Order: sequence, then structure tokens, then C-alpha cells
Amino acid sequence: MHPAPSVILFTVLSGMGFGLLATLGFGLLPVTGWAALLFYGVGYALAVAGLLASTFHLGNPQRALRAFTQWRSSWLSREGWASVASLLLMAPVAAGAVFMGRLMPVLGGLAAVLCLVTVLTTSMIYAQLKTVPRWNHWTTPALFFGHAVAGGALLAGLGNAPVLLLLLGLFMALSFRTGDRRFADRGHTLATATGLRGGAVRSFAPPHTGTNYLMREMIHVVGRKHALKLRVIALLCVSVLPALVLLALPSGLVAIALAAALHLAGALVGRWLFFAEAEHVVGLYYGRR
Amino acid sequence: MTTLPPPSEKKLGLVIDLDTCVGCHACVTACKGWNDQGYGAPLSDQDAWGPAPSGTFLNRVHSYEVTPEAGVAQLVHFPKSCLHCENAPCVTVCPTGASYKRAEDGIVLVNESACIGCGLCAWACPYGARELDQAAGVMKKCTLCVDRIYNENLPEVDRIPACVRTCPAGARHFGDLGDPDSAVSQLVAERGGIELMPEQGTKPVNRYLPPRPKDRLEETAPLAPLLDIKATGFAGWLDRLLDRI
Amino acid sequence: MTRHEPRLETSPKVSDEVRRTTCYMCACRCGINVHLKSGKVSYIEGNRDHPVNKGVLCAKGSSGIMQVTAPSRLEKPLRRVGPRGSGAFEEISWDEALGIATQWLAPLRATAPEKFAFFTGRDQSQSFTSFWAQAFGTPNYAAHGGFCSVNMAAAGIYTMGGAFWEFGQPDWDRTRLFVLFGVAEDHDSNPIKMGIGKVKARGGRIIGVNPIRTGYNAVADDWIGITPGTDGLLILSLIHELLRAGKVDLDYLARWTNAACLIDETEGEEKGLLLRDDLGKPFVIDRRTGDAVPYDTAGVRPDLGATHRGCRTVFQHMAERYLDPEYAPEAVAARCGVSAARIRSLAAEIAEVAFNQTIEIDQSWTDFRGETHEKMVGRPVSFHAMRGISAHSNGFQTARALHVLQILLGTVEVPGGFRFKPPYPKPAHAHPTPHSYYMAGRPLDGPHLGFPHGPEHLALKLDDQSPARIDKGFTWENPLSAHGLMHMVIPNAVAGDPYRIDTLMLYMANMSWNSSMNTKEVMGMLTRKDGNGEYMIPRIIYSDAYASEMVAYADLILPDTTYLERHDCISLLDRPICEADHAADAIRWPVVEPDRDVRGFQSVLVDLAGRLGLPGFVTDDGRRKYRDYADYIVNHQRRPGVGPLFGFRGHGKDVGRGAPNPNQINAYISNGGFFAAEVPDAAKFFKPWNRAYQDWAVSMGFYDTPQPYLFQIYCEPMRRFQLAAEGYHERQPPDHLRDRIKATMDPLPIWYEPFGEEGATGYPLHALTQRPMAMYHSWGSQNAWLRQIHGENPLYVPTNVWEAEGFKDGDWARLSSPNGAIVVPVAHMAALNGDTVWTWNAIGKRKGAWALDPAAPEATKGFLLNHLISELLPDRGDGYRWSNSDPITGQAAWFDLRVRIERVDPPDQAQPAFPPIPSPVPPAKRNRP
Repeated sequence: MHPAPSVILFTVLSGMGFGLLATLGFGLLPVTGWAALLFYGVGYALAVAGLLASTFHLGNPQRALRAFTQWRSSWLSREGWASVASLLLMAPVAAGAVFMGRLMPVLGGLAAVLCLVTVLTTSMIYAQLKTVPRWNHWTTPALFFGHAVAGGALLAGLGNAPVLLLLLGLFMALSFRTGDRRFADRGHTLATATGLRGGAVRSFAPPHTGTNYLMREMIHVVGRKHALKLRVIALLCVSVLPALVLLALPSGLVAIALAAALHLAGALVGRWLFFAEAEHVVGLYYGRR
Repeated sequence: MTTLPPPSEKKLGLVIDLDTCVGCHACVTACKGWNDQGYGAPLSDQDAWGPAPSGTFLNRVHSYEVTPEAGVAQLVHFPKSCLHCENAPCVTVCPTGASYKRAEDGIVLVNESACIGCGLCAWACPYGARELDQAAGVMKKCTLCVDRIYNENLPEVDRIPACVRTCPAGARHFGDLGDPDSAVSQLVAERGGIELMPEQGTKPVNRYLPPRPKDRLEETAPLAPLLDIKATGFAGWLDRLLDRI
Repeated sequence: MTRHEPRLETSPKVSDEVRRTTCYMCACRCGINVHLKSGKVSYIEGNRDHPVNKGVLCAKGSSGIMQVTAPSRLEKPLRRVGPRGSGAFEEISWDEALGIATQWLAPLRATAPEKFAFFTGRDQSQSFTSFWAQAFGTPNYAAHGGFCSVNMAAAGIYTMGGAFWEFGQPDWDRTRLFVLFGVAEDHDSNPIKMGIGKVKARGGRIIGVNPIRTGYNAVADDWIGITPGTDGLLILSLIHELLRAGKVDLDYLARWTNAACLIDETEGEEKGLLLRDDLGKPFVIDRRTGDAVPYDTAGVRPDLGATHRGCRTVFQHMAERYLDPEYAPEAVAARCGVSAARIRSLAAEIAEVAFNQTIEIDQSWTDFRGETHEKMVGRPVSFHAMRGISAHSNGFQTARALHVLQILLGTVEVPGGFRFKPPYPKPAHAHPTPHSYYMAGRPLDGPHLGFPHGPEHLALKLDDQSPARIDKGFTWENPLSAHGLMHMVIPNAVAGDPYRIDTLMLYMANMSWNSSMNTKEVMGMLTRKDGNGEYMIPRIIYSDAYASEMVAYADLILPDTTYLERHDCISLLDRPICEADHAADAIRWPVVEPDRDVRGFQSVLVDLAGRLGLPGFVTDDGRRKYRDYADYIVNHQRRPGVGPLFGFRGHGKDVGRGAPNPNQINAYISNGGFFAAEVPDAAKFFKPWNRAYQDWAVSMGFYDTPQPYLFQIYCEPMRRFQLAAEGYHERQPPDHLRDRIKATMDPLPIWYEPFGEEGATGYPLHALTQRPMAMYHSWGSQNAWLRQIHGENPLYVPTNVWEAEGFKDGDWARLSSPNGAIVVPVAHMAALNGDTVWTWNAIGKRKGAWALDPAAPEATKGFLLNHLISELLPDRGDGYRWSNSDPITGQAAWFDLRVRIERVDPPDQAQPAFPPIPSPVPPAKRNRP
């Protein structure tokens, strides 16, 4: 799949943002006043920036509000609702913490749950797609969830953040590995795609000598040869290095900022791979995935 | 809206005969021509006379080679457009309801005025049937020429999709696959019409008729000579031959 | 929430108006419905009423709108201002352009008409252009058949009075076995596709004989991946098998062919000619009486086994030849690349369908001898072939072999077999002979092109016996060159051999690119100057609608309209659109007006003819007879009552013959742009011998008296050339050609190795081209839709070579021939003869042409094989370089090409690369619409 910057930024930033907001909502970092402004501000900024980024790839963003209509069937619509609901519900919690110095554990907990639901709905946009076997698996929501939780803990400077980061790293490694086999496991081949029998089937010529939307969008082979290198970089940056930074440096904003920067970079690389390594079954028709 | 309607009795679709398609691309440009001026936004072309021309097409013809373990390889031309699935995943993923399946005849359409151009429906389609028009920013797909098949401004004989009307070899058939007695259903039954990628569970309406078994010439026994020419000479052969008049 | 669907307009208005005219993309010439919205073309579809396409339309036709709006359309007449080839032009007015042309041509006509040569590439109005050239008086006129498919056409006409494509077609409604030789796409493109669809729908079988399995061969039930150039050998081997088993139609051969005619075997100047009676009629021996009687005697039963004064029949000569073990499947298998078992099975299957599955139509008919037959009995095997078998130096004999095979099976002009399309059948002797005698200021002595019956009809000057034509058509080098040799015009004119010319006028002929062998050399020839600093071809006039590669090499450009902006007629005098059951012709008319300062080329010729005062185009007092081409179409009469269009003559009701009707074009427009007259039921088959057909043909104006004839298994005119080479004719060939004429002008089909084989040591592979269906025969490479389908072309390589060379996807190769080398991208193809590589032809474009971006893939990855092909064969040590053509017709032997391949590192673009030529039209905009 084409690793469009808009969707990479969308999923990574909003995931971290909602993760941080969830951490705050659950009261795991009971901050108020200026500190609350900073943390809630970062949470909101990331979540909103991510959501905004997601509109960049729309052909007709002026109609974006229509995306709220199909929550019954569409994960993308549900994601819209969940994100707006969680941001709205979190608003009084944040305002209370910043301006009134009050914590609202019940409302905050509810908003936090919604934040995590939002992350899950985001992940389901991808996980629902049978056409992309690598994504179409429980590991996709788990991965997004893990990113949100570990990222949120990291940004909040929670003491368990290094552990969560290392767990996330382990899970990433696992999902890389299991994802590699899934296309084959699902049994999609050019023979099932075309129904042609009686011998080995091979694409002789594409329908057009030029490229097209489908090939640009769903058959992304550029950069895959660097995948292993990038996987190592992603794992190190998402997990191992920020965990080491948090453990090695004295706790504080400097450590958090450095670890968060590393983590963000790793998450972006990881998400690039999430798209770039995902193979759409339509590639079969074109003889390349 | 984005929810699928209950399965319709009428299931309009195409039956494509892979044994007959010569790969001429007539259906490709006839489709482009009709839909460039018909339903919704035109099908634009970017860099039309430049180094990387790329435009929106609703129907494209692939070519595959099938190489058996023994014997000669075969070439199969393979037109592909929307299969108007019963379980259309492109419909349910749509956040705006722009993508829908008609309850009346099962045609899957995009209501372009509601389409935000997110592209998710194209991702959800296993067949590559949807292309986001780069000029209009809306998703384009085969409409089964819904603006032809019911069009009272067209003579009745022309109320068929443009690709079917133009196909010189008659490799494309249009009809109601929900009616077991329809010509298309009969054709599917006779020729063992297949679904593409059944494992995706999309239940496509369109069917493909597989190529007939090929390259069996050697099964024909050779001709028996009239007589042994070496023994009788040419004159003997001529006598025997002309005796038969 | 309830589900609700958006309101949908399912009955939108389709267009403001539909105008019905004729497509121009290829020689198929389908009927089209052009939809207009606000006066602009909005959509083009096939015309359901049209006899050719019955509503269907190919990819090219359906993309016509991109042709009419192409940015490469020329806009104004141009005069060259820089050096030739530099692309420097200035725009001029039509008055000026026509004035220049007149200034150039009038003195030539008055003093040396042969110094003007007029050749047309894509021309669908040859009866008009040849009439024009005849009136001018130059012997130098032809169209592009010489580098296209004259072998097939001429072999068909000499053998049976017509070949495939516009001459005839399989009986698609009845044939059960269709055998297709050497075709990629075809002139008859939509009818063949429709026919294949019909055969398939009926469960009939299709067998493809072709080195490459694409297109029609891809849907063939069996594919015989023959080695290029060996089709004739395979066919003769099939004939061997059929004869050996006695599976030939003896009754058919005796009645309808010259198989029962007797061949003179006495030494002397008549040896090998048919025995004739005192009136000159060939005679046969009547089996009932043993008497020698003229072949057309009522009630005669010609005896195939007869001997008369030591002379045997054609049938015996033929059978003896092909029964020889040299034609046995085992003997030819390796050479053809087809196993003996497959050849045997093919022969057996053909015989099974021909002789055990006969079909009948309950329709009586009367033959030319007066015998009435109760039924029409047919053998449902049919064949089709095209350039693949004919573009070889053995192509004429190969095509003849195929026609003879059909005749032996008795499957020509019978139900289920091959059927002629009116005005064919028309045997060689009913066609004109070639004419080439010119005199200053006078018209030529007759039509340029025709069918020689012997050396007396060659186009040789009477004084010194040197070639009369610039292309050396109808000379000893290629006596039966019925379509001329357009591919030799430029090389001959530059070499001054046989003479120099002054002005060359070309119409839609891309001679500086894909229509020439040896493209780079030809570019050099077009710009070469003599010692006086004058171009070797001093003046070139070119007409084209588009900025093709040729534009830069002309001195005066006459911009043509697109096909929707012009008048045209697809005439029975020319290459009509008939089907087996219909005589039909058609028109084009301006369904939209040009938005540029361009004029239809034929109207320009009418104008020029007026300025030059050409007979036939001016009245006795020298005034212009025709306003424009439309006026000519309506009012020109070739013979009294017979004009370019055969429908709506006289007061609008006359068909075939009748006075000019001033409303004829409007009548055609109201009728959908065409006119069709159905062949009467009793006349639908056995046309060459069928009285009902012959009478109908006369009433239609095809000819003036009934012309029944026998099929020529034995081709006597060829024997006359052999006799001359043996010394028996007052016209004698040059000595260096004697042996070749004796060997190749065999009156019974033979097979010999293509000439290209001689220099092929070290070049183990054959290299072929095909035109893709979406571009076949079309001037449409700039088409915004079609170029997305075929914007570049790889060289397809068979599995054995692919693996031996270690090729991978994305690799490039150097392909070398005795004439040069190209470096091109490669791709793997398994369904391909193991000794053959191939590519799509004419995808490659010169940078700067066709209003394409210089970085367009057509110019960077697209390529031509033409660079590898020379128009002359290497010197054979006798000091002569023979033309790379068939020695009988002069058809360009494109497919004799031999090559070798090697893997190379990818260059930045395909080689050879040429510098861009400046575009004569403004750059295209980026996107569409």
C-alpha cells in the first residue's frame, strides 16, 4: 500500500495524542494548572493534528462532515464519531484540571475509554480490510492500542513507560513476523484471482503500459528492499532507545522529550512499513504486490 | 445507506467469456467514451500527451499466460471491471454513504455528490474496480451503464452497457444473473462460469466463462493413405483416386 | 434510519444530434454514430445498421474523439524555411500553398511528367487518386500495398479472383473449422472478431498458425507456433497428406478449376502453357466422350486423369509434385518447427470437417455451362491469412499455396467455406494490365496498376527496356508488383536509379519513420544533396492531418482534415465495404467543421487538378469541373452511368448504374452514410460460375458482361515469365535475373527459403512485428486514451532464449541484424515460437513528433525494428544487391529479418536515439479534459 504521509501522520499522531489523553483521563498523571495545560495541550494537539492530517488525502475535504453519517457500518465513520466524542468529553476534564485545578475521575475515565475506543476504531479501518491480509488480523488493533498506551505513558512520563515500550517493541517484532506469512496463508494467488487453471498463471502484460491510480495506491514496491533495516530502526526507536533514555536519564521533561522524539521517529518509520509492506490482493492482477 | 440492502432478486451483471475475448480493448475505450460524458464527473487523464500519461478507466483488459506442465503456453485476455458484488465491501466501508448498492437491481454505484474521495472503498475492493479520479477527487467505477440500461431516450436494443454493445467478438454478455432462466445464467451454467477470488467472500455477481480446453489437435488420428504409392507408383494412385468419381 | 438511495436520472438525454458517417482508423471502415452536444463531438459508437460492423466498434473507433481533438492536428499550410529535416516552417495561406504546388507541378507535366511521383500511404480513395495521377500523366503512382500485403492480394487474384479481407471472408455463419494463418490484427478487424465470436458461440473450432500466440491466436483452440517464413512449406505438406489420402474434392476441381486443363509438354515456346483450341480457349477432355472440348462446353465432365498427345492435366502435374516425399510431414517438421504428428493431425482434422461434415443449403442455382444444381453443397472449413505469411520473400508463392489448398478442399465460394465479397470475384484477366507510357502534357495511357499476363505487360520503356517506374514496379525484378513498391521510391529516387525525379508528393505516409525499412538511412536520403547543393529529391509535398515524423522532411505541407471533417467515399471502384451477402459503399461527410485552416486532401487535389488543367477535371474550355471532392463523388462517371457511389443514382432509385444524382450525398446521409444491396439468394455462392450472380454483377455495374472463369491452380502468366527467362519472348530479362525468374515464377506453388536466410549466419533468431489491435493500421499513436494502453513496447523473448541469456524483468538487450543494432527493453513470453522474438510495431515515436512531450515513453522506451531491416539484401558476390522484397510482387519482406540478442546494461533510453524535431504545432496541454 502506498505509504502516504497524510495517513502515516494521522495514525501516528492521533494514536499518541489519544493515548496521552487516555492516560490523563484515567488520572494516571494527576496534573493541574500549567502542567495540565501542557499535557492536555500536547494530547489535544497531537490528536487534532492527526485528524487534520487525515483530511489531506481526501479528494473533496469540503464534504468531510458527511463522514459522520454511516456509523452503522463504516469504521471510518465510527472513528469520526469516537474522536469527536472523546475530544468533546475530555474537554471539561481538561478545563477542570487546567483552570479549576479539579480532577474529574468519572468523566475523565469515561473520556479516556472513548479515547482508546477511538484508537481501536482507527485501527479497524485497516484491520477490517480482507483485501490486505497483513492488516486483516487482531494484531492490527493490538498494535495500534499498544502504540497508544505506550506512547501515552511515555509522554506522561509514567514510571512503567519503559516496560510498556519494551512490550510494544516485542509485539511489533511479533506482528512483523506473523504479517509476513499472512498473504500466503490466506491462499490468495493469481490462480484464485483469475480462476485460470491448467498450468502456472503469470501476468503477461498489464492492461496499460503506463501507471494508474490502483498501482500507485495499492502496489507500492519502492523501498521494500530496505525493509529489514527499517524494521530494526523502527524497533530501536519505538522501543529500546526511548526505554533506555527513560531509564538512563534523570526523569523530567528533558528525558521525556528526548525519548518521545525517538519514539515518534520510530513510530513514523514503523507506520511507513505498516503501509509499505502491506500487500493488497489487487496486486495479483498486476503480477506484482 | 452504506449498509447493504437485502439481496435483490434482480442481480444485473456481466458475463465475460475468456474463451472468446481477443484482447482488443474495444470495451476499454467504449467505456471511457461513454462515461467521459455520462454519469457524474468526466474520466480525466493526467499528463495526457506527456511522459507519464495516467487516466481514469472503469474497465481494463489484463493479459495472462498459462503455461501447462507439458504442451504449449496459452494467452488469456482478461477484461476486468466492477463485479457488483452481493457482499460489496466497498459499500460498507464508505463513511459518507456515497457508495451504495441499489436495492432494485444490485448495481453498485457512487453518489459523487456525497463522495469525499477518501479512497477507502478502493482499498476494500479486491478486484481493483474503483479508481479515484484525480481531477474530480471522487471515486469512479463501472455503473453498469445505469444511464443506458434504463434510458428511454435510447432504442431498446441499445439499453445495454457500452462495453457490451461495442464488443466485436461478443465476449461480453449483460443480463440478470438473479434469474436462473436468463440467457446469462444459462451461459454460466453451461460453461461453468466462475467467481473471481471467491475466498474474499464478496459474492460477485459478474461471472467469467473459463477458456475451453485447448491444444488437443494431436488427439485427431492421421489420415489413412489411399494405397502404398511406393508400390503402385503415381499411376496406381491416380487410378485409385479417379475410380471414386 | 431507513435506507434511502439518491435520486438517479436513468434516462438522461444522450446528445443533441446523431450524425452517421464512416470510421477512418483502419481499412475496416465501420459505420459510426457520432453524437454531438452543443455542436461538439461528445461520443462515438458503432452504427447498428451498417453492413460491416453491425453496431460494434473497436478500441480505435471508440477513441475517435481523441483523434478529432488531438493536439497534434496541423493547423495551416506550411512552407519549409530551414534546412530539410530541421522542422523550420512558416505558415502560409492556402492560395500561396496551392500556387507553389502548381508552380512546381505545371512545368513538370508540360515537359517530363515522370519527374513527378505521387504515392499515398493511408489512402481510402485510390480510384480517385490514381485517376488524378493518370490525368497528370506520371507513371509514378501507387499506394502502400507494396509494403503491406500485395502478396496476399495478388496471389489471390491470380489464383481465384480475390483474396482475403476486402475481397472475401469466411462464411462466418456456417463454417465449423476456421484456420487462421499469420495474422495479428487485420484490415477486416471487426468482421473477423465478430466472426470468431460467431464460430465460438456455435462451438466451432479455430486453429491458429502463427509464431506468436496473441489476439486471435490466443482464443484459438489449437495453436501451431510455426517458424516464420515456413508457412508455405507447412501448407504444401498438408496438401501432400490430403492427396496421399485422396482427400481432395475431385468434382469441384474438375468443374471449377483449371485442374483438368492440359499442359503443353512439347519443347518450345509453348511449353508449359495450357493447350487451347483455335479460338484460344483452354480445352479439357470430356470423360463421357474422350473428346477434347472447350472447358465451358455445356454438360462437359472434364477428366482430371486425361492425357492428350502426351500432355497431362494440371491435376496430374500438381499431384505428382506434391506427393513427392520432400513434402512429407517428417521432411518439413524440423524446418517448420511443427512436429510431423501435429501436421498429420491438422490435415486429418481439415479433411474430417471438409468431407465428413458437408452442409447443404436448399437453394438451386445454375452454372455458367447451363447446368442447374438442386442444392448448394458446402464444406465448412475456412481459412484466413494476412501479412504474417505474405511479408516474406516467398510470400507470393506461400499465399498461392494457401489459396490452392482451399481450392483442393473445394471450400471456396461454397457454404461454410471462403466467400467473395462483391465486386469480387474478379480474376486477373478481368483487371486492367499495368500502364506506364507517358508523354509530356498528356495523360498516362491507362491505369498505373494492374495484373500482367506476361512480359509484354511489364512497365519497361520501349526504347531501352529500362524501368518506366521510379519504384521499378512491373520489371523483371518483380514482374507482378500489382500494388507498386512504395518502399523503394525514396532509395531509387536518391540513387537516380532508374532516374532522378523532381517532386515527390506523399499522402499520409510516414516514410521518415515507421513506414520505411532502414529508417535512419531514409532520413539521410531525404536530406542528401547532390554536387550542386540541391536535394537529391528536390521537392517534397506532404499531406497529413497530424504532426507525424514525415512533416519535418517535406518542403510544402498541405494540412488535411480529420476524418469527421471531410467528404470521402468508400467506393466499389476501389476498396469497398461489401460483405459476402451485400454489395455496399459508404461516404464520410463533415459531421463537424474544422476549427483550423485545413482542407480535405482530395478536395485539394480537385483544386490542383483545376489549376493544372488535368483532363477529366476540367471542361473542354478549361474550366474546373468539380467544386470539391463531394462534387466529384456525385458527378464523376468512370463509365457511363457508373460513378464513385452506386446507390441512389438517377432520380434516387437507381442502383449500380444510373445518371449522377445531385442529391446523392444527402440520400447517403439519410441512409446512415452507406448504401447496401443484398446479393440475391440464388447468387450468394459459387459466384465465379453462378449465372445469377454474374447477371446481378453486370446489373450492379461491376463489369459490363458476365465473366465466369476457372480457378487457376496452374498460373499461366507466371509460366510466361519463365518462358521468357528460358529465352522464349521478345522481351528478355537481364541475365543475372534469369535463374531467379525460372526458379521463383513457378506456375504451381512452391516453397523456397526466404532470401534473408542467406545472410543469417550468426543471427539465429527471427524478429517480427505486429500492430496491436488497439492501434492497428491507425494514425493514432498520439491518441490520449490509446497511448495509455500502448505507450511503450518491449521486445518479447521466448522462454528458451530468456533463460539462456539470463534475462530478468526490467532487463534490456542489444538486438543485432546484418543491417545494424538496437538496444531495447525485453519481456518474457512463453506462448512464442522458440526461434522468434517480436514487438509491437510503430509504438516508438521520434521526439518532437505527434505533439508528444519529448520525454514521452514512446520516444524513450518505444522502438522500431525498422532500423534492423535494409531495403536491399547484402551483395551476393555477383555485384548486385537485390531488393529485400518478394521476387514476384516486390512486397517488402519485413518478416525475413534475422537477429541475435544479448543482454546489456540498461541505457537511459532506447537506442538508436534521434535528436528531437521541432514541433510544427503548439505544445499539448497537460491534462484532459
